[in-house]
Amino acid sequence: MSDIVISAKDVTRTFMISAGAFRGKKPLHAVNGISLEVERGDVLALVGESGCGKTTLAKMLLGLLPPTQGTIKFAGEPVSDIERLKLAGLVQPIFQDPYSSLNPRKSIGSIIILPLKVQGDPNPETWRRRGEEMMEMVGLPARLFNNFPNQLSGGQRQRVAIARALISKPEVVICDEPTSALDVSVQSQILNLLQDLRKELNLTYIVISHNLAVVEHIATKVAVMYLGRIVEQKDVESLFAAPEHPYTRALLDSVLTPDPSMNVPDTQLGAAYPNPVNPPSGCTFHPRCAKVMDHCSAVAPKAIPRDGGFAECHLYDENEGRGRQAS
Amino acid sequence: MSDRILEVENLTVDIPVGGGMLHAVQGISFHVDRGETLCIVGESGCGKSLTSLAVMDLLPSKAFRTANVLNLADEDMLSVGERRMSDIRGNTMGMIFQEPMTSLNPAYTIGNQMEEGIKRHKNVSTAEARERAVYLLEKVGITGAASRLGQYPHQLSGGLRQRVMIAMTIMCGPNLIIADEPTTALDVTIQAQILLLLAELQREFDMGLILITHDLGVVARIADRVAVMYAGQIVEQGTADQVFNRPTHPYTQGLLECIPIPGKTDRSKPLGSIPGIVPSLVGKFSACHFAERCPYAMDECVAGNIDMRGAAAAGHEYRCLLDNETCDANARKKGVA
Amino acid sequence: MADGTIKSRTGVHIEDRIIDEPSPGERARKRMFSHFGFMFGGFILLAIIALAFLAPLISPHDPFDQQLARKLIPPIWHDHAKVTWVHPLGTDQFGRDYLSRLIHGSQISLLIGFSAMLISGVIGTALGVAAGYFGGRVDMVVNFLITTRLSMPVILVALAVVSLVGNSLTIVIWVLGLLIWDRFAVVMRSTTQQVRNLDYVAAAQAIGCSVPRIIFSEIMPNIVNNLIVVATIEMAHAIILEAALSFLGLGVQPPAPSWGLMIAEGKNYMLFDPWLIGIPGTALFILILAINLLGDGIRDVTAPENRN
Repeated sequence: MSDIVISAKDVTRTFMISAGAFRGKKPLHAVNGISLEVERGDVLALVGESGCGKTTLAKMLLGLLPPTQGTIKFAGEPVSDIERLKLAGLVQPIFQDPYSSLNPRKSIGSIIILPLKVQGDPNPETWRRRGEEMMEMVGLPARLFNNFPNQLSGGQRQRVAIARALISKPEVVICDEPTSALDVSVQSQILNLLQDLRKELNLTYIVISHNLAVVEHIATKVAVMYLGRIVEQKDVESLFAAPEHPYTRALLDSVLTPDPSMNVPDTQLGAAYPNPVNPPSGCTFHPRCAKVMDHCSAVAPKAIPRDGGFAECHLYDENEGRGRQAS
Repeated sequence: MSDRILEVENLTVDIPVGGGMLHAVQGISFHVDRGETLCIVGESGCGKSLTSLAVMDLLPSKAFRTANVLNLADEDMLSVGERRMSDIRGNTMGMIFQEPMTSLNPAYTIGNQMEEGIKRHKNVSTAEARERAVYLLEKVGITGAASRLGQYPHQLSGGLRQRVMIAMTIMCGPNLIIADEPTTALDVTIQAQILLLLAELQREFDMGLILITHDLGVVARIADRVAVMYAGQIVEQGTADQVFNRPTHPYTQGLLECIPIPGKTDRSKPLGSIPGIVPSLVGKFSACHFAERCPYAMDECVAGNIDMRGAAAAGHEYRCLLDNETCDANARKKGVA
Repeated sequence: MADGTIKSRTGVHIEDRIIDEPSPGERARKRMFSHFGFMFGGFILLAIIALAFLAPLISPHDPFDQQLARKLIPPIWHDHAKVTWVHPLGTDQFGRDYLSRLIHGSQISLLIGFSAMLISGVIGTALGVAAGYFGGRVDMVVNFLITTRLSMPVILVALAVVSLVGNSLTIVIWVLGLLIWDRFAVVMRSTTQQVRNLDYVAAAQAIGCSVPRIIFSEIMPNIVNNLIVVATIEMAHAIILEAALSFLGLGVQPPAPSWGLMIAEGKNYMLFDPWLIGIPGTALFILILAINLLGDGIRDVTAPENRN
């Protein structure tokens, strides 16, 4: 019995970008037809590099940006129909930079209890106590309630951000690179904390990350994004055991594990990085693909069901490319 | 001329701050040979960036630098004046920074900046400078190099800009390159390409390379030798093989425990972690800076100075009171060795 | 444990230590009191404000009291027979005590400077913050208004309006206030744009904060430093403009002891009795200097924080 807590269908978000002094505006499809479903308790990882649209998608899932096309639903109800405050109580963000995600002029305590204030939570006398309980839950001593962000380390600030996100008991938390800006020794603390809290509070996570080692550790499902589309989506074990899309393979190859006996791998991607305003024709990945075929530049691939998920690649298209699959 | 390009002994950097004196770097020693890659790895605040600035004499004006020895290709850098230093920088010693956005001047073309570099140091004509620029741009993998010379930095992507930075740095054929987090701001797939490029160029031009980073994966793959820094000191130093396969210092062991490794780390268990935060380096501090976060700390650890001692293999040293066998046993218990 | 950590309910280590830095408020206070320009300028400004408030009490004479028998007595430092301590700064061409007029004049300068700064501040900040926060068409409209306003020569417009509508103190204040809001708008717009893209604003939106709450509770506290700096600049600006208007005869009307007016009235005697313009001129100079030093001090004290 699947409990789909958040879903997106054919979601597109287009920005009009000026293409030059006298040339008017061109459309930039930051997110270009994305569909996904997240079940309760899942940790869906959105993986991709700059320009793939993951941050834009996150903003849409948070309800901060409306899709240009398509619908995003929360427990079956379109997000556009859900009232602003109610949505805030259902889905909350954790941002990447602990130095810009906290208002430097407000105390830690007032930052953490702000959601209660805004929601008009009925018992103001309990706010402080609940704030302190939340702080304890994320590993911050309650006596820091009146301190300011500049007095805390990066890891501590990220804990404040987590406390703020969870105090209104949301169902879904969208983590945008939650540990990328932190030191290695702090990253593991925060990752462990996120895992613990997910179990304790029965949360569902959507994690945006470019760090595939972290993804492999905490995600249950992985969606690989490239230029606004999901090019491969699978359960985490399947994806890491047998990545099928050539871009996924290149990404996985780029993960540098601390093994001194190995060298830096050659991902064979070439230096031609695409411009999102002028995406390549057909399959947008074709100029960089090691396994490109003739028709890849003409026809965009559809999502082909594979192994519990899908991959958008002509290599797996039953009508074409079957013969090349073996390589 | 010997193979040793850089020799540093007992380098110290102190910076006066509001609350006293910040001992940012405390008596570190290391060396780099021709064709060798030394990685200085550590987390924020460990002093690795200041170390590179100290070597290039580019510290902020209120900082104090001292060292017993600071030799670049047998030339004593402690006694040279600013004039000679500015001849050395960009010429025999090159530096690559983290942010290609801000290290290239947006007001000048790529070609302009590259040619300026070589004309400053060597007596070449514009045509020769241009030829070398094109040659190097192609070497770093930029197609259509001749036309790129007329482009401005903002017209290139981050990865391309970093390649241009690298080409600029080797215009004068330096003996030593210091790269400070050169790939941190780049995408993962581009990072691999840039690192491959650096390794290739180093081999071809027989340069020494110091790579400063916090990314242990990068270090393992490209370093010949590794220096692990914590709170201003080098706590472990050795070949990449020694440091990663037999991590001896508790901090190194702790760091390796923290990193998830696909296929190896158990998904059902929490990641290893090092509790607490880095201590303040202002004013007085305990002998071992790691003591308050170390699972094996003893009373003696905060008593007096702790010197480097040899580990199991030659050339592998670490700064700890625990002996070799104990450290090895700890590493095996943690599963990092 | 050695590092003073405790485990919380979820088995997480509690980090007990914080970075030993003062809070933003404490840091600002510390810096303020050690900044020379800030303290010096602030002190002088406070002294002048005190002068203005206590004017009726400390003026030796009535500033409007004309005693033609005592006209044009030089100030005490001149080597002249008529000099007297009864009138330490001398008297003007109508025999009015200059010291008293100077002290009362401070009221006018400060009142006009402060009020015009408030009016222009409210207008300019509202426009600038709206443009910076909403962007798009709102930004276009505000930019158009700013450009229009910048193409108007302030003095000429002020003169024109005042000559049409009349020149009471209130009218001068409103005319100035409605004309000098442009710097507020420009600075507040760019500062708001910088803050608006920071993650904590996005977090506030995600929490469901209303737009007014975001603007006043999240954005304003972080731009108020720039606001204060611009406020000091514009206060000085308003004071100088009023002096210029009065000098041209279209500001405050005689017999009010506006410093600008005192200069105007004294200009015919410039060659033989230069103190008539020297004294109010110096007073204006000191007041503007104090305000500017204060503004610079505030900027220095708060700027490094802004860069964080």
